[in-house]
Parts: sequence; C-alpha cells; structure tokens
Amino acid sequence: MLRISNGRVVEPSSGTDASLDVLIEGDRIRMAAPPADVSRAMRDNGKTCETLDATGMIVAPGFIDLHCHLREPGGEHSETIETGTRAAARGGFTAVCAMPNTRPVNDNASVTRAIVERAASHGSVRVWPIGACSLGSLGESLAEIAAMKQAGIVAVSDDGRPVATAKLMRQVMDYCGSLGLPVIDHCEDVSLAAGAVMREGETSVRLGLRGMPAAAESICVGRDVQVAELTGARLHIAHLSARASLDLVREARDRGLAVTCEVTPHHFTLVDEDVGYDTHFKMNPPLGSSEDREALLVGLADGTVDAIATDHAPHEPASKAVEFDKAPFGITGFETALALAIEQLYLSGCVSLMRLVELFTAGPARVLNIERGITPGAPADLTLFSLDHEWTFRAADSASKSRNTPFDGRTFRGAPMVTVVGGRTVYQR
Amino acid sequence: MNLGTSPAIALPAVGDPASRNGVLHRFHHILATEPLTAEQITFLLDQAASFQEIQKHPLKKLATLRGKTVALAFFEPSTRTRISFATAAARLGADSMNLQAESSSLKKGESLLDTVHTLNAMKPDCIAIRHSSSGAADFIARHLDIPVINAGDGTHEHPTQALLDALTIRDRLGRIDGLNVTILGDIQHSRVARSNIHLLGKFGCRITLCGPAMWLPRELDQLAAPGSSVRRVTRIEEALDGADVIMTLRVQQERMNEPAFPVDDYVMLYQLTLERLALARPGALVLHPGPMIRGLEIDPAVADGPQSCVLEQVTNGLAVRMALLFLLIGVSTESPRTETPDTPAEVTAEPNKDSTHASD
Repeated sequence: MLRISNGRVVEPSSGTDASLDVLIEGDRIRMAAPPADVSRAMRDNGKTCETLDATGMIVAPGFIDLHCHLREPGGEHSETIETGTRAAARGGFTAVCAMPNTRPVNDNASVTRAIVERAASHGSVRVWPIGACSLGSLGESLAEIAAMKQAGIVAVSDDGRPVATAKLMRQVMDYCGSLGLPVIDHCEDVSLAAGAVMREGETSVRLGLRGMPAAAESICVGRDVQVAELTGARLHIAHLSARASLDLVREARDRGLAVTCEVTPHHFTLVDEDVGYDTHFKMNPPLGSSEDREALLVGLADGTVDAIATDHAPHEPASKAVEFDKAPFGITGFETALALAIEQLYLSGCVSLMRLVELFTAGPARVLNIERGITPGAPADLTLFSLDHEWTFRAADSASKSRNTPFDGRTFRGAPMVTVVGGRTVYQR
Repeated sequence: MNLGTSPAIALPAVGDPASRNGVLHRFHHILATEPLTAEQITFLLDQAASFQEIQKHPLKKLATLRGKTVALAFFEPSTRTRISFATAAARLGADSMNLQAESSSLKKGESLLDTVHTLNAMKPDCIAIRHSSSGAADFIARHLDIPVINAGDGTHEHPTQALLDALTIRDRLGRIDGLNVTILGDIQHSRVARSNIHLLGKFGCRITLCGPAMWLPRELDQLAAPGSSVRRVTRIEEALDGADVIMTLRVQQERMNEPAFPVDDYVMLYQLTLERLALARPGALVLHPGPMIRGLEIDPAVADGPQSCVLEQVTNGLAVRMALLFLLIGVSTESPRTETPDTPAEVTAEPNKDSTHASD
C-alpha cells in the first residue's frame, strides 16, 4: 500500500479541493479521505504501508496527453516508446495518446498490438494508441478501425495531415460513431498551406518565409463541424491554433454538437513574432498571431477548450540543424507542458487551479469518453505537482531522445514532482 | 604575382576615422539591411565610393587583402552576383574559393551545415553565401565564427544589391533622403524589394510597391521604417506618378506552389514603357537588379534609355562588395591590435597602412 499524505487533492470531476490523504492498494485507489480516516482504515487493514510526503504539493488525477508522437516503430533514432514515456513521466503524464504516423503507419491491428506490447514492457506510463483513419493515412480507403479498436486504440486520426476529403471524413465519422470512437482531425486546407513554413502575417513577410493563413486551419474545421453535424459523430480538433477555428468550435457546441478541441502549450505561450530562423519554432500548425493567442487563452478559461495536449514531436538534432524551410515541423513538449500552463494560465490569473487540473485530466478524459478521478476503485494514476518549485529546463537533460524545443534554458515556477502510474511511482523529482 | 597593380595608385582613405567625423562602424556580418542604421549605411556607401575610383583606373588590382581568402558559396544559380564577388575579391588581392550549386555535394545529399563546415575547414577569412532558403545566411552566421555576407537568401534579403542601388541613386541624384521610390513587380517574393524597403526607409523615402494584388501582401505596409512610408498600389500609372526612382524587378514566371501569372497581362498592366515612364518625375532613375527580360517587365527603349542605370548598378556592385570585404577582413595580422577569432570583422583605425599596393 502507498499513502500519499499532506497533499492538497484537486479533483475536477467531483470538484474536490481539500487536504486529503490518498491511499493506494495495488494498482487501484483505495480511498481519498482526511488523514484521520485514512489512518483508521490502515489500522483496520493491518497491511504495511509506504508513505509519500506530498507536503506543499497538489495531488491530481493522472494527467492525460491526447496528442504525442512516440516515433516507434520506424523513427527510433528520434524517440522510442521507452524514452518518450520516460519524458512523459517527467512531465507528470500518466497516459499518452500516440499518433499513428509511425513507419509503418498504425493503420492495422498488428501495429497497434506491437505498440501496446512494447509500451507494456518498456513504457513508464500508459500508452493509448490512436489508429489511422485511412490506410497509410493516405486518405483513400478506410483503415481496419474495428480491429484496431479491439487491439487497443482509443481514437482515430490521420494526424500530420487532415482527413483528405469530406467524403472520407463522412465515412470515418459514420463508422467511428457506431464504434464509439472519437475522430481527431489535424485541420489544414492543404492547398492554402502548400509550401508554408509558418503563419502568414507581418513576420512571415518580413522574414521572407512562406506563410499559411489562419484560414488554412479554420476552413477545414468548418468542413469537419458540418460533417459531424451530418453524421452525429464525435469530432475532436487537434492542436487548435486560430481564433476563427475556436469560434467555429464554440458555435458548434452551442448547437449541441459533440465537438471538442485541444490546445498545445506552445500555441498559448508563443506567437508568430517569436519566429526568427530558429527551427525550434517551426511546427504545424504554426504559431499564430497575438490575437489568436489571446483567443486561445479565453477559450482555455471559458471551457471551450477541453484539453491541453503537447503534440510532443521529437526530431533528432541533425534534422533540425538545417535551413528553416527544410526542417521538419514539430517540437518536444512533455517536460515543459505543465510548467508552461502554470506560468501562462495559472500564475497569470487566466484560469483557476481547478480548471488548470481539468485541462490535463477530466478534460482529455471527456474527449476519450472515460472517467478520470481519485475515487475508490479507480486506477491509481496520480500526478503530484508544485506551484512554486523553481527550476530551469535544460533540453540536454531531457529524457527524450530529441532536443528540439524552443524552451531550452527557460526558468519556471511550478513543476511536476511525482508521477504515479497504476500505484507505481514512475517519476520523482 | 599581382602584375596588374601599380604603386602609383593611391588608395583612397577608406575607413579613416578622421575623414568620417571620427565615426567608425564595425560589422561582424552583413546579413540584412533591416538592422542597419542610416548612419551605418552612409558609412558603407562612403567606403564604397572610395572603391568606385579604382574601377575607373586602367590597373585595378590592389594588394589590400593579399593572403586572404573569400569563400563564395553559391547554392543557387547566380552569374552576376557571384562574378561580382569574385572580381571584388580579386581586385583586392584576395583569393576566392568557389562553390557552385551545380557541382556542390548538396546534390549528393550533404547538409548545408556540413558543406559550409567543410568550406570553413579550408580556412577562408569570410564567406559570401547565396541560397534559396530565407534565413540561410543567418543560419550559417550562427554556426561559423568568420564573417558572413548574405549574397541573397530566398525571398528574405539581398543587402549588397540594396547597397549598390543606394550608391547608384546617391551618385545620380546627390541624395537618398526623402525620395519617392517605386518598386514594380513580384514584391512578395523579392529579396531585392525587401532589402530596398528597409534601406531606403532609413532615409525617409516614400516607397510605393506596385504589381498584381496577389504579389502585394498587405503586411508589406508594416515594413516601413519610422519616418518613411510604404504603400501598395495595383495601378502602375498611380504608382509612377511623382516617382524619383523606379526599380523594376525580374518577373519569375513559375513559382513553386503557385499558378503562373499570365505574361500577357503582366506586359499589358505593368511593363515599364516610355509612355509610362513619362508619368514619373522628369529624369527619374530606372534601376533593375538583373537579369532583365526585355519586353517583359521592361521596354527595351527604357532599358537602353538615358534614365536607365542598369550598367552603373553592375559597376557599383563591385565597389560595394570591395568595401564590404575590406571592412570585414581587411585587418593586418601584424597590427598591435590583432584580431581574435571572435572579432574577425574588427576594423582597425589605420587601415591605410594595410592598404598599400603590391609591389611584387
């Protein structure tokens, strides 16, 4: 048994914010209760118990990351399930959803099974694979979604690119609606975005870099929302970055559609003006304008945004040490996500502590249609973090195999302190 | 072996602080005109003016940079800029190392960084780089400790072109300040336009950008330096009205990811003809960075007319590039204030001492 004592339990699904001890038995939560009650239960039980002192820490349900790239199979020079999940644990995540754009693409049950098995033997945290919508994510024919579901996928997406056509999207949504899986889309009008390496605007014009307009995203969001309405399926918009896209989501929700969305830490922290020629600022969707960032902050505060997702996208150093327009899109994100959220959202007064925790826990759980709480019998996945621990992020010390982050050397207040997965402490600062 | 040089040629007092009101500007790299001040630009143009004289002399070779090596890394096909840099280096007595896109190992899959590290291992004193990626010169400058000159990076900047344009304008009109300058063509994809917008903006020029609407993104307005203005105009007649200087850009007919602009429409709407030129101020200058396509963006009668500065631009390009090379690497290693690897661009206060002509 493991007793987490002296912490402040913040649990959004029940609205709990109290000084409670959490008692874990095996891989399950036994109880979360005032210390005296927990002591009594332990006396009655009689088993030996380890204690973890969480003085000064927030004890939250285990964080879920809806969007990451673990690169295995096929991209092991950039990341593996082992190194990626170790980085996730250091970031406070207890479960991560792995996008299917591996090599081979996770578009069939045998790839899904290989990922699940690898995660079971080498992963520090839970890996929940996302299957491809179409074979090879090529946008032509449906992938074997039901077989992948049986093997363990929690959603489908052709991430890295949008679901190619409205027709295919309709098929995917119809099918996934019947299977009870959310459809996640990387929204991008590929004709407007062709050749673009950053957001279109003053900075792209100044730097002479090809930009894509915000409409490249929102046009596709508009299409997807209408197909969701047509099919009644659950639609989740990945890494939403533009004000216009957020407005479409808000409006769809007001009409009662099952549309959800996620925002990445880099999109609520950085803007296109931060882009120089440093390839660590190159990601897709690209950093938006200040107005977009302001709109995202509003959406994060008012509930329009369901989850913070990292879009952790490791790339080996050599691949980023090139000309800006030749570099791959993407940055790492696990280890800085919570600290950036605390800095940009909580300490700035934009969101409450409860809402901050919700964005990492109950929010993403809702997208996946699962429960996430600190309740008796629930999986013992917990994230303990500090709101005032001061530290400096060093990319060189990252557990990820890659170093592609714009936040190297950034000093933070607030950090993940302990990560517990299935009753096991997988990370302790 | 500088057989073409003569001790009789007196090098002008380049860089002499006394003759520049005590102002001496130092440059580590020349990557863009955007960060330069009007004072720095004036200093560079004054330096370049000193080298203009040499172009007129029957024997043009100096020994100022004897023993120095200039690497010319041209990853994008270029004729005039590459030859201009090579000639500028040669006239200062420097050797040049030539890398051309066609023969480069980039074709074999080597990264840009590895290629320039290889060049750098041959110990050049500075490198001029031309590359199709915006930011390539900036990228190289972050990785090498020798001075880098941007000879054109993607659609970002082409600072030496803007400097030679400014020198040409100043020679002909006697000033740069407050001029009405009209730039015609594909502004969005033009590094020449950007470098000129930034440079001329520092002198309070009123800049008019003219071309098909899709080549005039509205954010160009925000490039205006304080005290200058940038406006976008799609009617050439309006754009030329009152212009002191007209810069025509080359029209690239095919661009990646973009439909070609119909050539006949371009000629009809935007070709600089004698009739249209008459709308500008009398004696307005016509500049073109080259290569020029007669009959497309410019009427041959304009290109060959008295207002055209096209060939002067080429000659001035040599002076500008000689001046930059001199300022970046023209430092005596025997000087008591010897350069360190960290400050290769340092210019000492007595460059004349090192600028004596070869006597061998």
